[in-house]
Amino acid sequence: MHPFELVRPASIAAATDAFQGDAAFLAGGHTLIPAMKSRLRAVERLVDLTAIPGLSGIAVEGDRLWVGATARHAAVASSAVVKEAIPGLAALAQLIGDPQVRNRGTLGGSVANNDPAADYPAALVALDAVVETSQGTHAADDFFQGMFATALADGEIVTRVGFRIPEASAYAKHRHPASRYALAGVYVARFAEGVRVAVTGATTGVVRWPQAEAAVAGGASLAGMALESDELSSDIHAGPEYRGHLAGVMLRQAVEKLA
Amino acid sequence: MKATFTLNGAAHSADAPAETLLSEYLRDWLGLTGTHIGCDTSQCGACNVLVDGESAKACTLLVATLDGARVTSIEGLGTPEHLHPMQAAFRKAHALQCGFCTPGMVIAGIAIAERHGADVSEETIRHELEGNLCRCTGYQNIVEAIRIGAREMHAAAGETE
Repeated sequence: MHPFELVRPASIAAATDAFQGDAAFLAGGHTLIPAMKSRLRAVERLVDLTAIPGLSGIAVEGDRLWVGATARHAAVASSAVVKEAIPGLAALAQLIGDPQVRNRGTLGGSVANNDPAADYPAALVALDAVVETSQGTHAADDFFQGMFATALADGEIVTRVGFRIPEASAYAKHRHPASRYALAGVYVARFAEGVRVAVTGATTGVVRWPQAEAAVAGGASLAGMALESDELSSDIHAGPEYRGHLAGVMLRQAVEKLA
Repeated sequence: MKATFTLNGAAHSADAPAETLLSEYLRDWLGLTGTHIGCDTSQCGACNVLVDGESAKACTLLVATLDGARVTSIEGLGTPEHLHPMQAAFRKAHALQCGFCTPGMVIAGIAIAERHGADVSEETIRHELEGNLCRCTGYQNIVEAIRIGAREMHAAAGETE
């Protein structure tokens, strides 16, 4: 790694002040540190957010489940509060990476990074979440802006995420066997007023799937349904048609778990 | 940058450049070479250590962020005369071939036993070992060792209660 300076502020205000020059925020570090080690990324200053107290809480307030930005995947997966409010979200967290990744990786880090094959973005979009930051609030629909891009401004810090509690929800994921990232992951959430379906991994960034939402809400047959989009990804692991097909398979698996 | 933490049961004060990884700190600064570096890309788990009782990849942790933590490396588990129950189980089940992945496997096994109890199932062990690679592919005996070790760890804990 290239040398850098590390600071560990104890408040959001101090972290904002510390974000100077060529800087990056550090949470779980399980994307950022490997990227820095392979010199895909170099920074002059790392601002570690994990020493800030009160940033990892999990609680239900009204119709939302709030999860703090530095809550680790393992904490979300095993939380009695999450399992009670949104069991599908706890199940999703248990599918992220491997145990060591889940012990260090955080919700805020995953959301801010917006890897196109990460799991959490699908949950945020399907569960109509809001992302609270040091500067305001973003609706999940506006927050994710394609591969590794978000609505976050430079120096803006995710503080917590509020997931709207659905009647029922479930996530199904076809994992790349080595990286465990989603080749296609589909989160289905049923609310009183309708169904929301979000897809990760298959496209260049998380997307909603309106045709699937209508079909699930209307009780139509999902047989043979595949995701059709100009944004389908293609790489050495899977071409666009296969990814679209996989999204359909994951949709049917997720809907089966809903019942 | 300074960080004070508990290392293998003793208070430890580290003062290393901010970019120092726990894996290189343990090996190169302290000579604790039981923590192995297999891939150095956060995949293989050979560098697993326990941080506050949970398994973590030392190659992906900055020492400077460990202030106040409790870190246990393979050297902190037992001695040749008094092996940790999980180490003894690995010997009993012959759960190694070349041995390179073993320290990380033992650490992962302890975390699995702590989290899932004495009667952890083979299926759970296999799922929880996703972050540990054995390039000799000797998983069968490793899974068996963790089953034995989990029972022995909890039996030993019961005796001391």
